[in-house]
Amino acid sequence: MRPGLPLLWRRTVERYNLVGSRCETCGTHFIPARNICPKCRRKGKIVPYKFSGRGKIYTYTIIRVAPEGYEFFVPYALAIIELEEGARITGQVVDIHPDDVKIGMPVEMVFRKIHEDGDEGLITYGFKFRPVNEVHQ
Amino acid sequence: MTIGIVGYGVDIPRYRIKAGEIARVWGEDEARIIDGLGLSEKSVPGLDEDAATLAVNAARRAVRHAGIDPQRIGSIFVGSESHPYAVKPTATIVAEAIGATPDLYAADHEFACKAGTAGVINSYALIKAGEIEYGLGIGADTSQGRPGDALEYSAGAGAAAFILGKERVIAKIEHIYAFTTDTPDFWRREYAKYPSHGGRFTGPPGYFRHVMGGVKGLLAKAGTEPKDYAYAVFHQPNGKFPRAVAKQLGFTKEQIEPGLITPLIGNTYSAASLIGLAATLDVARPGDKILVASFGSGAGSDAFHIEVTDEIERKRNAVPVRLVITNKEYLDYGTYAKHRKKLIM
Repeated sequence: MRPGLPLLWRRTVERYNLVGSRCETCGTHFIPARNICPKCRRKGKIVPYKFSGRGKIYTYTIIRVAPEGYEFFVPYALAIIELEEGARITGQVVDIHPDDVKIGMPVEMVFRKIHEDGDEGLITYGFKFRPVNEVHQ
Repeated sequence: MTIGIVGYGVDIPRYRIKAGEIARVWGEDEARIIDGLGLSEKSVPGLDEDAATLAVNAARRAVRHAGIDPQRIGSIFVGSESHPYAVKPTATIVAEAIGATPDLYAADHEFACKAGTAGVINSYALIKAGEIEYGLGIGADTSQGRPGDALEYSAGAGAAAFILGKERVIAKIEHIYAFTTDTPDFWRREYAKYPSHGGRFTGPPGYFRHVMGGVKGLLAKAGTEPKDYAYAVFHQPNGKFPRAVAKQLGFTKEQIEPGLITPLIGNTYSAASLIGLAATLDVARPGDKILVASFGSGAGSDAFHIEVTDEIERKRNAVPVRLVITNKEYLDYGTYAKHRKKLIM
């Protein structure tokens, strides 16, 4: 089912630029952004934070039976990425054969098409991850 | 007043298909195709790549190269003949993704293969008028050729983004000139998936008349001759036309070779002449003069006289075009057809 336009629009900056939040009191980073720091509670000071986009693969799975809209991609790797700031986020790993994906592999954010709502609906863009090599700086 | 390039970046998909693989499917003679078009493979976008994603990734590299705060960018113009939406700008997607919103001028351009240089000229003009500090011009395309048509061998995918400004300029834009007429050499009607073209008519009355008109007009304006330039970049719909037009205009093979990228990745349409310029700047030295002439069917040519400054040695592009191109994976025709949505489901 298509998410509502306001929800997609509210998350544009987060999805395009990997923007989450950071607690200035304890230095913990969050993505998706949190409004309250679970450690510092009332003493926490939350500010928006743009992640560098670099990280490594914490764990991954290979999708062979894809949800609607992703059938053409199979088999593809879906990974939990540990960003260099410490927060973890789920994302597709692209520009690599899924058999070559390894835990600990350095990756970086890349801007890609996430979903197309049929031929007439909205195209959703955002972050995916690709292996870091000398070509990607 | 010095206005010029302060940073640039390209994005080229990693997928390729060889001309021989396309020729095999359509029963053509591989050697004849490669010899006729002057190219042996072309780039193919990934399943999740389109003109907008290529434009964004090229623009992000350009911002890093320029080393500027994207909030100081006052204009973004994206030229393409494959904008993902018929109505909804690609330029706004780029603006949001590089963090340049909301204080800027933004629009999409279409002029076949020269929409990218048209965007560069628009940003140049706004800077010259004193309206903005930095401006971005982008050419991005994921072009399609009709299956079996000669265009299918050459229609590639890629993007190039150029940031213009007045400070820390690596290459000054000293003169611009454009040559424009109404010429029906190539077109795509609204709702049509593939373009139509006039075959050989795209040559002399289309590409050659306009590129030569653009270059001659620019040389007259700048008071220069072909030998004054270290390098020249011409629009490259295939590997043959730019070599032929260079010869006719009196430019040497050495002057055009660094910027001749189409033989390696196909015709990237709005990005083609700009990727050629990027590859040329990758190797250019301070003091070098570069001539660029784009071409867009319909038809017109934008020509630029560019002079490289000392700043280029302090601000080299970290991801040279010829390095980006080395990252590649070949597709067979079936997978390519899936990537280009040529299959009826």
